[in-house]
Amino acid sequence: MAKMYHKEKSIQIKSSASALYNNLSVLRIAPRCLTYFTVVHANVVNMVSASWDGLNYSHRQLQSKEGNVATSSSLIMQAAWCVLPSRDLLVLTSQKGIQMYESDGSIMVYWHALDTPETPTAKAVFARGIAAVREKYICVGVSSGSVLVFDVPSKGSNITLSEVLEEHKEAITDIASECSGSLECIADLVSADDCGLLCVWKSGEDFQLLNKIPGFDTSCSSVKLWKGTVIAGYGTGQIRLYEGVTGILHAEVNAHARWIYSLDIAPFTGLLISAAEDSWVRVWHLSLTPETNSVEIEHMYNECVTDTQICGAKFCDGDGYAFAVTGYDLSEIIRYTQA
Amino acid sequence: MSQRTLPLLIINLGGEMIYILDQRLRAQDEHDDKTQRGRWTDDDRKRVMNDIVATMFNKAFLEELLRPQDLYSHRALRTVLTRLAHASIMRLNPASMDKLYDLMTMAFKYQIVLCPRPQDLLVITFNHTDTIKELVKDNPSLVNQINEAQRQLIEVYTPLSDGEFQLIRHTLLVLFQDMQIRVSIFLKENIQNPNGHFVLQTSGPVPYGFEVPGLIRCFNAKGRDVRKTRFPSGGSYTRAVRQGSFDLSGDRVTFLGTNMYGTPSSEEKDPSTTSNSKRKPKQADTTPNPLATEELNLLAKLMGGMEVQKLSNVDAGFKVNLLALDLEEEGIGISEGTVHQSSRVINIQATQDQLASTELARIAGEFDEGGSPTEGSRNKGDDLLAMMDEL
Repeated sequence: MAKMYHKEKSIQIKSSASALYNNLSVLRIAPRCLTYFTVVHANVVNMVSASWDGLNYSHRQLQSKEGNVATSSSLIMQAAWCVLPSRDLLVLTSQKGIQMYESDGSIMVYWHALDTPETPTAKAVFARGIAAVREKYICVGVSSGSVLVFDVPSKGSNITLSEVLEEHKEAITDIASECSGSLECIADLVSADDCGLLCVWKSGEDFQLLNKIPGFDTSCSSVKLWKGTVIAGYGTGQIRLYEGVTGILHAEVNAHARWIYSLDIAPFTGLLISAAEDSWVRVWHLSLTPETNSVEIEHMYNECVTDTQICGAKFCDGDGYAFAVTGYDLSEIIRYTQA
Repeated sequence: MSQRTLPLLIINLGGEMIYILDQRLRAQDEHDDKTQRGRWTDDDRKRVMNDIVATMFNKAFLEELLRPQDLYSHRALRTVLTRLAHASIMRLNPASMDKLYDLMTMAFKYQIVLCPRPQDLLVITFNHTDTIKELVKDNPSLVNQINEAQRQLIEVYTPLSDGEFQLIRHTLLVLFQDMQIRVSIFLKENIQNPNGHFVLQTSGPVPYGFEVPGLIRCFNAKGRDVRKTRFPSGGSYTRAVRQGSFDLSGDRVTFLGTNMYGTPSSEEKDPSTTSNSKRKPKQADTTPNPLATEELNLLAKLMGGMEVQKLSNVDAGFKVNLLALDLEEEGIGISEGTVHQSSRVINIQATQDQLASTELARIAGEFDEGGSPTEGSRNKGDDLLAMMDEL
């Protein structure tokens, strides 16, 4: 039986990936036949733009910001592109605050400082969890459990903090917005935290909490929302599929032997990718049957990235034709495409 | 990131350092060479161990460590560990200290990377404290001090969630990022690849609380199991074994954090974690473990052959200079598979120095590595170092 995916030429990055959840972000720019990748290394974000013909690569490094300090050693927790109808922004979350850049990383358009205490407290302070929601919101999570909602104009830097959602009590791990493109879905956003609690929201002038799905005292490190289904990856290596609005558990997969670090969905085909510290990347297929309100998950493919604790795995396109992987201490982005 | 990383870092690294130094000094005792100017006796070894352990588990020292704070830089960390090593009458020259630091950081990095669940970091720490207690068991007050430290660790760390432990682990992994020093012992045991990356097995028991990968369960709207499907996991995983103990004493289950240099411990370690299949059982004190001897010779090579000599007619204090005999190694890379000279003698030059306290201050000056003060994090270690001067 032919393998579903085969390995392509890796992209070298300027410094290795740090061990962080969801440590890879991909932005496909079809009009320019380019794909952007970002990988976090300590206090720096490595950005590389790759032309589709595989001939041109250009690199850029962005640094974390801290008050008025020129160079900051503040550690970055996550970097991700937010795709809005009118613009794409690159968002960085760190121990000190939230930075937003134009999508090519050239200009910083917004900085939001977190409230950091004078003397260090036992509880860490940082921002983590990034998602673009509907037409004009970017949501970012905080270690206190708050979710900050930013209102983003179609251009310019007049970004404002419009709301703070306080439902989680533990540090936010990941946030995801409905990615199917369907306007029929009621739920727009799901946020996850360190005790596995999932909150499902509807966006608007005031965000509305639709549902709270309790956890099992295990961190949910990565979450996705597709056609109303919440797909959650946990520290125990399990993946669970929930109906977002009702909280009904559709499926539970004993997927990995170590902590899951990354999930991604290819919205056009329903392919799901999961990656963990156990060195495995697994591809699944989700199918929804609206008549019976059931969701099925089927295993499609395994790839072992030898001796690597994977920290990021993302599809490079909406069909899931290609995916990319990063690992702790690896200075490359490994790519795979369908055979 | 996490503000609670420092105690685990210092105790685990300090533990690795103690294992290495203890083994060096024992081997010295076994390799009695008439050409030496003096023997490094078992009593001397115990004295060194006691002094270092007493400093590491000093109440005030621990309190400073437990204060919520950012992690130290490598430079500050090395200074603290050097001071620890020099809390005794033994002295290491900068080159030897460099190599010792490389070896202990790679050992701890290995433990952090292989750690099955983030909270097992605490169990690994307890493996270190257990073994250290065994090493100083003749000194009951010191054992009490270690127990007290352990109680404090239990109090601070056991309430943390797995997510908070993972943050600690991620903070440590940033510190050790890109360290790919090849260590001969690791290469030989197939723990490390020639490129410096650690070997990660896709087999063995899953961590406690995990399920073996391979099962998909589908439920209906009422929450009932409607279908179970299996998928190939690609690895050969087995069910989890029991959880390691988080108590003052108990079966820790994992071998991570135990003394891999062959010093015996009273507890039987069950090689139940994935990479442990080749782990040799512990041996008694008196019979030199041939593997340990070989490893020690490798260590000798790693550390540039510490020369230990005891001047018999000295009436002043003990000052130990560890001279680098072997300068063939390039930079900090450790040589690959080599010829061991099993009869090679490890000599450590020692002279007694009654002015040990001022010696510490002098050493502090020596290791302060003058020049440009770099990160602001250099200041982070200052309080700790100042306190160590007073110990």
